[in-house]
Amino acid sequence: MENTNHEYTIGTVQHFLPQIGRVVGCGPVELAVFKTSDGRIFAVENKNPHPKGGPLAEGIVSGHYLYDPLYDWKIDLRSGEVQAPDKGRVATFPVTVDGESVKVTLQGTLIQS
Amino acid sequence: MRVERKQLVLIGNGMAGVGTIEQILKLGGAYDITIFGSEPHPNYNRIMLSYVLEGSKSIEDIILNDRQWYADNNITLHTGTTVVKIDEEARQVIADNGLAVPYDKVIIATGSNSFILPVPGSTKEGVVGFRDIADCDAMLAAAKQYRTAAVIGGGLLGLEAAKGLVNLGMDVTVVHLLEDLMERQLDHTASSMLQAELTRQGVKFAMGKQTAELTGDERVNGLRFSDGSELQADFVVMAVGIKPNTQLAKDSGITVNRGIVVDDYLQTSMENVYSVGECTEHRGTCYGLVAPLFEQGMVLAKHLCGAATQPYEGSVVSTKLKISGVDVFSAGEFTDTPEHTVISAKDEWKRTYKKILLKNNVIVGAVLFGDVTESANLQKLVKQGTEMTDDIYSEVMGTGCCGGGNAKKGMSVEAMADEEIVCGCNGVTKKAIVDAVTENGFTTVDEIKACTGATRSCGGCKPVVEQILQFVLGDSFKESAKAGICGCTPLSRDEIVAEITAKGLRTTKEVMNVLEWKQPEGCSKCRPAVNYYLGMIYPDTHEDEKESRFVNERMSANIQKDGTFTVVPRMYGGVTTPEDLKRIADVSLKYDVKVVKVTGGQRLDLIGVKKEDVPKVWEELDMPSGYAYAKSLRTVKTCVGNQFCRFGTQDSMGVGAMLERKYERLDFPAKFKMAVNGCPRNCAESCTKDIGIVGNDGGWEVFIGGNGGIKPRIADAFCKVKTDEELVEVCSAVMQFYRETGNYLERTSEWVERMGLEQIQSVILNNEENRKELAARIDFALAQVSDPWKKMLKEEDTRSALFEKAQH
Repeated sequence: MENTNHEYTIGTVQHFLPQIGRVVGCGPVELAVFKTSDGRIFAVENKNPHPKGGPLAEGIVSGHYLYDPLYDWKIDLRSGEVQAPDKGRVATFPVTVDGESVKVTLQGTLIQS
Repeated sequence: MRVERKQLVLIGNGMAGVGTIEQILKLGGAYDITIFGSEPHPNYNRIMLSYVLEGSKSIEDIILNDRQWYADNNITLHTGTTVVKIDEEARQVIADNGLAVPYDKVIIATGSNSFILPVPGSTKEGVVGFRDIADCDAMLAAAKQYRTAAVIGGGLLGLEAAKGLVNLGMDVTVVHLLEDLMERQLDHTASSMLQAELTRQGVKFAMGKQTAELTGDERVNGLRFSDGSELQADFVVMAVGIKPNTQLAKDSGITVNRGIVVDDYLQTSMENVYSVGECTEHRGTCYGLVAPLFEQGMVLAKHLCGAATQPYEGSVVSTKLKISGVDVFSAGEFTDTPEHTVISAKDEWKRTYKKILLKNNVIVGAVLFGDVTESANLQKLVKQGTEMTDDIYSEVMGTGCCGGGNAKKGMSVEAMADEEIVCGCNGVTKKAIVDAVTENGFTTVDEIKACTGATRSCGGCKPVVEQILQFVLGDSFKESAKAGICGCTPLSRDEIVAEITAKGLRTTKEVMNVLEWKQPEGCSKCRPAVNYYLGMIYPDTHEDEKESRFVNERMSANIQKDGTFTVVPRMYGGVTTPEDLKRIADVSLKYDVKVVKVTGGQRLDLIGVKKEDVPKVWEELDMPSGYAYAKSLRTVKTCVGNQFCRFGTQDSMGVGAMLERKYERLDFPAKFKMAVNGCPRNCAESCTKDIGIVGNDGGWEVFIGGNGGIKPRIADAFCKVKTDEELVEVCSAVMQFYRETGNYLERTSEWVERMGLEQIQSVILNNEENRKELAARIDFALAQVSDPWKKMLKEEDTRSALFEKAQH
């Protein structure tokens, strides 16, 4: 198993609408990418941490929190942690903005799985 | 020096045993704990299995203690392992896999098994009990493969199983030995009402039937009764009762009667061995319900931790049926005898029934059907053996004024003992709630829920938790009671709307900023609400905020749990054409629509459209959006009317389509449904609509505030009008008044109750000028709306951001 990081360019800053999630496929992983109202961009796996699953990209964004679209769980986009009283975690991926282009880094191990 | 910890072994990894362990941990008991469970799962909430079957909860939802919990508390857990013997001499328990664990104390909590009728054929394939996750899985699997099912036993569990199987699409017959369902909890009246309600919900009944044999070869194919009659069934659930699981105790030489015999401290005949839960027999009684288990567990935990405790003296049992939409409750004695004084009220129209039994003026039992709001209160009164007074009478029979009632409620919470279980599902005591509130400064039930788990499962205890909160907070509760629309603001809906108008606020951001929201960008509850209020106040200038809409409204389509969407085109008045049907069929085939469903609102759902295909489906259908996703006018249901029907007195199809075209697309506080009928036969069911219209020979009668959903409500007769023009004006005025005064997400059924029918009538009917102004305001708002599908097809950027997935 190769343990290198893969960097994907997923579009420009303009490409992402404020507080409206966008689905982006990066290799084997489907991401939900959000631009918060302060202009920061967050990427999480587009997989609802609720046991019944489903997507995340369609949720309501408030500050750096996301309210999931199916079960209304509150999720911190920075850490992926589900907020009390619910419990769980969604995978997060580091995002860098290079000029206008938005890049996401996936770890090699994750690509294998 | 380290104190030697004692070895505690729990046999049985269910609610009773693990509940006891939780209490021991809370009390700081110095034990090394080992738990054996024969099921392969961690501890789950067995009483919630009915919800799993019904489909409203998943197995994960009902897990009470996940494996992490055992690890966190240093508990050794052996799942899928059955203990076969307690060896008193060697002081160890022995499992079926040969494992031997030494003990200082043992708790037996092996629960019970389904009682399988000893009739020929009971061991055939396709015959199950309803006790555990495995049974539940078997039922879910059977529903996929087979069509007919029989449930033997018309008790609590049998009825829950039957309703679950009906929900899964099976044809289900409940077979019951006696003439009354749930005869161990209900009297004849409540039982008949229950049977009628379940029949309405699609459950069939074979009453007074004794099963003599299960027929079939390898697999069951039917039942033969003692009277010779037969019933076909591909699947049989035995829910005739439970049998305490006492095998281990017997094999170990412990005294067993019907259950494992214990004293008032749950001690069995063997020294250092205790028993709690359904396997236990205390003073001649084996309990099969959850509350007694926790009460026993509490006494045992204290006893084992050396804390002072009252002995366990038995429990007053109460029952609540866990079927959505069927509310039944019983506590204590329920069958009246000459020595009882009976208070009863039966309302055949609202389908409610209430009975309270007194013995020497002490409340000894109660039965409720339909309306169970007083259940928590009555349970307490029965349990405490309270004497009936004028105050209590008016409180529980709903005849008193609210002020007096509230004061009384506060008092009874105060009188409640600290150890009393408030939340039966999660075993939370009054003290645990009081401590949570005082230690953490909580002010809401939600905070209590997050910390203690109380109200988390069935929610039945919420009124009591609220009362405890009120009791602890005293005067400061008043402040928190004036709760805002959500946790982000203390302001009410009316205050927010007034501030928006007074200060001329224009966006949700501005509102939240100026009105000092705690969370600057709000939450999923207040953002959509504020966006609605802004649109209602400024119909022409408010720029709708897509990012403040729920997913369905933002996407103009309904999200399904797998992330696919449902597309529903308009079908005005429920009338379509062969051409439109053809196009729907072609598009459905082309885009591989999973299901085409005829809805209750007389149109077609195209279910399971892939997200990226949604805009293409809209484009190729080339029909207006049906707004099935929106808090907006959904459908106008119609009957055939005088165009074709020999009874018709009015053109219901024509007027229905006209109304749907007129009012479509406008935002309302909640979804809005209408119906138009051509005659009083009312085939299009006006009584359950927000506005229901019934034609007669001389005009129309208008009904408002009906609902057929979670809390059904029959619409109130609002007025009669002569012409179609008057009809439109009244509908416009009602809708606009609701738009302007309704709380976001409040249906008209709740709105009518809150505002009062007379108040709405006086605003609209007694004041022509007001009525015309309301109608003019809705017309102005209606002039601003346009079809969202066409709009989205033109807006490339939004469309691609919302629906497309770029692959990198």
